[in-house]
Amino acid sequence: MRDVRDALMVARNTDGKLVNRPLSPHMQIYRWPLSMVLSISHRISGVALSAGTVLLAWWLVAAAVSPAAFATVQSFVASPIGLVVLIGWSLALYFHLFSGIRHLVWDAGFGFDQPWYNLSGWAVVVATIAATVVSWVVDLAIW
Amino acid sequence: MSGTKKPHIDIMRSPLGRARGLGAARAGARYWWAQRMSAAALVPLSLWFIASVFHLQGATRDQVAAWLSNPLTIILMISFIIGTFYHMQLGLQIVAEDYVKGEGRRMLLLVITKTTSVLLALVCVVSVLKLGL
Repeated sequence: MRDVRDALMVARNTDGKLVNRPLSPHMQIYRWPLSMVLSISHRISGVALSAGTVLLAWWLVAAAVSPAAFATVQSFVASPIGLVVLIGWSLALYFHLFSGIRHLVWDAGFGFDQPWYNLSGWAVVVATIAATVVSWVVDLAIW
Repeated sequence: MSGTKKPHIDIMRSPLGRARGLGAARAGARYWWAQRMSAAALVPLSLWFIASVFHLQGATRDQVAAWLSNPLTIILMISFIIGTFYHMQLGLQIVAEDYVKGEGRRMLLLVITKTTSVLLALVCVVSVLKLGL
């Protein structure tokens, strides 16, 4: 089926000739300011976390099914691959959480002015890295 | 999008006819509010869940069952599950609507992500109840 939205991208100019309507430049044109990087990362981390919910479901189902099934999940989580997945999962979750709080503050009408706009962006980056590193250092030290 | 292709129109409708129906569906505010409210609920719930995951790392099934034997834990866990999958479905919906071209493909993807979200949420809730109750 054809996307009717595409049809709106074609129009006639004053001479009556069919022309493509102008598009905004695509990503490679821009110089990747922090706000853009964080905005894109927010969506990517959201999609990644969606994939991560399968691990949550597996963990819970295995726990409900049998001790053997649960031991399988726990051994996967403790394996090198599982550890990488879990570190990636915690990184995505912390980032989406802190970036999401920034979005909620914006939605309440605050934080659009400089220097707060960029400062809050860097705060999200620092908080994400700090929370991930501290969590894993504490976890691996205790565990 | 049409891009650099030679401009052509292969839909036999007037420019006004093509534009009609593509505006706001007047249901955006409800969607927007649902996304924000589930996000706000997930802030404390996620922090609690992260702490729980680290607490339970390397735990046996009996230890997880003991952790889930507290009714408050069950309530928090089910709240976290419902909030997560609801928020996830809303997020995946807007990603699909923004990037997927073609009404048919977009509709198919929306049905798949919505169904998967609901089923995964149910699977998680039933597992929590089976283990905890």
